[in-house]
Amino acid sequence: MTLDKNARLGLLLATPTTLYVLLLIAAPVGMTIAYSFWTQEFVDVTRDFTWANYREVFADPLYRTLIFRSVRIAAMVTLLTVLLAYPVAYHIAFNVKKNKAMWLFLVTIPFWTSYLLRVFSWKLILAQNGVVNSALLWLGVIDTPIDTLLYNSEAVVVTLAHAWAPFAILPIFVSLEKIDRSYLEAAKDLGEGPVRSFLRVTLPLSIPGIIGASMIIFIPTVGDYVTPALVGGSDGAMVANMIQVQFGKANNWPLGAALALSAVVCVTGAACLLVLGLKLIERSLK
Amino acid sequence: MDHKIAVNIANVSKSFGSFRAVRNVNLQLKEGEFFSLLGPSGCGKSTLLRMIAGFEEPSEGTISIGGLPMAGIDANHRPTNMVFQSYAIFPHLNVEENIIFGLARSGLSRSEKRARAEDMLAKVGLEGLGRRSAHELSGGQRQRVALARALVLEPKVLLLDEPMSALDKKLREQMQMELRALQRSVGITFLMVTHDQHEAMTISDRCGVMFEGKLAQVATPHELYQKPNTKQVADFIGGMNFFDGSIKANGGTRLEVELPRFGQLSVDAHGVSDGIGAAVTIGLRPERVHIGSERPEGADVAVPARVIDRAFYGETIHYYLELEGRTDPLIASVTNFERADHFEIGDAVWSGFRGGAAVALPKK
Amino acid sequence: MNRVVAVLSRIGRLLPAYAVLYIGFLYLPILLLPLFSFNDSKILGFPLTGFTTKWYGSLAEQTALFDALKNSLIVAVVSAVVATSLGTLISRAITKHRFPLRRISQTLVMAPLVMPEIIIAISLLIVFLGIGIGTTLFTVILAHSLLTIPFCVSIMTSAFGQFDDALEEAAVDLGETSWGALRRVTLPVVSPGIISSLLISFTVSFDEFILAFFLSGNSPTLPVYIWSQVRFPAKLPNVIALGSLLILISILFLLVAERFRRRSERFTQQPE
Repeated sequence: MTLDKNARLGLLLATPTTLYVLLLIAAPVGMTIAYSFWTQEFVDVTRDFTWANYREVFADPLYRTLIFRSVRIAAMVTLLTVLLAYPVAYHIAFNVKKNKAMWLFLVTIPFWTSYLLRVFSWKLILAQNGVVNSALLWLGVIDTPIDTLLYNSEAVVVTLAHAWAPFAILPIFVSLEKIDRSYLEAAKDLGEGPVRSFLRVTLPLSIPGIIGASMIIFIPTVGDYVTPALVGGSDGAMVANMIQVQFGKANNWPLGAALALSAVVCVTGAACLLVLGLKLIERSLK
Repeated sequence: MDHKIAVNIANVSKSFGSFRAVRNVNLQLKEGEFFSLLGPSGCGKSTLLRMIAGFEEPSEGTISIGGLPMAGIDANHRPTNMVFQSYAIFPHLNVEENIIFGLARSGLSRSEKRARAEDMLAKVGLEGLGRRSAHELSGGQRQRVALARALVLEPKVLLLDEPMSALDKKLREQMQMELRALQRSVGITFLMVTHDQHEAMTISDRCGVMFEGKLAQVATPHELYQKPNTKQVADFIGGMNFFDGSIKANGGTRLEVELPRFGQLSVDAHGVSDGIGAAVTIGLRPERVHIGSERPEGADVAVPARVIDRAFYGETIHYYLELEGRTDPLIASVTNFERADHFEIGDAVWSGFRGGAAVALPKK
Repeated sequence: MNRVVAVLSRIGRLLPAYAVLYIGFLYLPILLLPLFSFNDSKILGFPLTGFTTKWYGSLAEQTALFDALKNSLIVAVVSAVVATSLGTLISRAITKHRFPLRRISQTLVMAPLVMPEIIIAISLLIVFLGIGIGTTLFTVILAHSLLTIPFCVSIMTSAFGQFDDALEEAAVDLGETSWGALRRVTLPVVSPGIISSLLISFTVSFDEFILAFFLSGNSPTLPVYIWSQVRFPAKLPNVIALGSLLILISILFLLVAERFRRRSERFTQQPE
């Protein structure tokens, strides 16, 4: 194949970055796949092919529960984040006339501050002697602290729904902003009320934004480590915490690798279902 | 007067893959003239301009500027400068820095460069705005800066790519006159690409009309209007009524043409060399069609007609006339002067024209 | 259906109030830290007991903190430079050139954004230990550059995307070589984008925890240091003071980055 000057220069400019990402993603993921079929013997790894790690992951209820809980929590986080964020994206796209950039910037600022510190702050908010409880006690609303705020999967869901906010608002905002305003005027002209034109025009047209937001929230959430570790307790522990244990204290890297890859396969499957579901909703609205 | 050739384009073609953007164009630009390349979008005029500037290499043929062949010479070494459609004003530089951008390798001192910039600013009517930053300029000012930036390098040819398309109508008309005056004062050859026939006709000494990569006709605006070479050119440059007829006699410069139902008339042969009996198309500008309530006197063709539509253009009114034996309406343009007759839709009128007003169109 | 319509139309009217509340929800956690950092009590709750700056004062005594800070600065600066350079190169290719596998390259370099970080962390750990380079600040830099490339690519593709190609042609037309056009026109015009990309990738790297946790070995970065401290209740007020400082720094960086991003827009947009 002969390439013209433009294509050759493009290839030259693109190659270093592509190679860098490829080397630091494909090679390590390949190694991880290989590891997941090996066996840990004390400090050494035996390189004989075996399905044993995967059998353990799916046979042991502990691991199975962790993976399914991670997917369930990720799905709940995605749903909650999108539900909470959609009206804000809508507000910025349709109600805010000037200062749109300012609103978007305001929404993204918290995202750029340390994730670790934000999660940590949620721990302070929800703790037994923390912000919510001490404030309610001080105000006399309750007599004894509520001890169910922290260390469960609900705490994880709330914390992550907070952390992912801009990732939901921005794609949805973009899809709403792209909607040709004359469609809405046409709907109004045809006697549709504002709510009906929202359901029949705006919502279906913003589904691509919802899909984008869901993917960018759902997949990384399954692998989240900090939030379950700080606010999840044993009820809210997720698969990443167990992976860390396998690579740390338990020192069983092949099992850790198998856990990680099983989680990736499950999340990919679930993500496909999620996209399919949203596309069906999109079709039924149209 | 003997004109030197500024640009010689010989048998130039350009292909992008299987698409032939420019097909075997031959064209000479004279020194000091204002030439416009005119045509619909996608006709290859911009590609031709970019080949002269050196941004594209011809697939075939040669381009010479000032007698020197340009093959293998990059855009930065060619004696051409360009005014881009978007003006391409450097946004990080102020007006003066934009204008002296191209003088970096001239060996001039800083103060000499600034003096040149002052000079150019005065020429384009932007005195005292050298310190303005690019984003503070209006559309018209951007165009002036682009002109100054290109002209300060004293190119052999100034290339202008749709320079008016970013301006609104009023400003465009003003800038057209200024551009014309500027070209006369600097005496540099200007080559402008435009899709706007009015613009090309108002400013240019000569125009070239392009369709589908081919140069259809090169002529002065007046010639182009009066004697278009093809139906396509005639149609693109203003409106034109067409009649199909057959040749009764060919006297070289005059042609006797028989128009079925309308009679026989003598028209300008315009290079049509076909013999007796051959089919021929003749063209007639709308303003050469007579319309009145009485039968016109002295007309070679006079037929009754009915007004089926009317369009008001301010200084002129166009009447669309239905003639028996003719499918297309005949368009008559009437100057809207004070005592002009006005007709209503549905009125029965007389229409007519003289042979001297029509021109034969050579078949391609 | 009519019920849905009624409910939604009520929500519609409350939208502005909801949006303001939501912003409050977003800012609550990062505003609480500074609030408690000045509170004269080891118990982090209400009511507040009194104003103090002692938690900030005692930060200065912790030498491990300053080592971690130094590590974080090295990692963040080098990663920002590496990621911005790599991101700028490919962004230029993606926006201005047609070449084989263009879409695949584009998707691939954005992949680190959607990969669960724990997966990136363990697979890099396996490889780095496998090929014997161990875990050091160098490995954290490699990982952080990978992680921040998608941010740089999205900033720089937008900067190059808005860049009018005619600017480069104009420079060449006015006598510059293509290298000269790059140096005198392209780079200055996209420089606000480059600066904004540097600042953003610095911020992301400076705050990143998981990759650093797995890959920093014996040279903890600041987030890893903080992680080691949050387990000790006695250290919490110090951690909160430190966290408040970090949040302040992040926000300052962001404001500067946003300024440059806006200037980049002004450079590349045509006036009406």
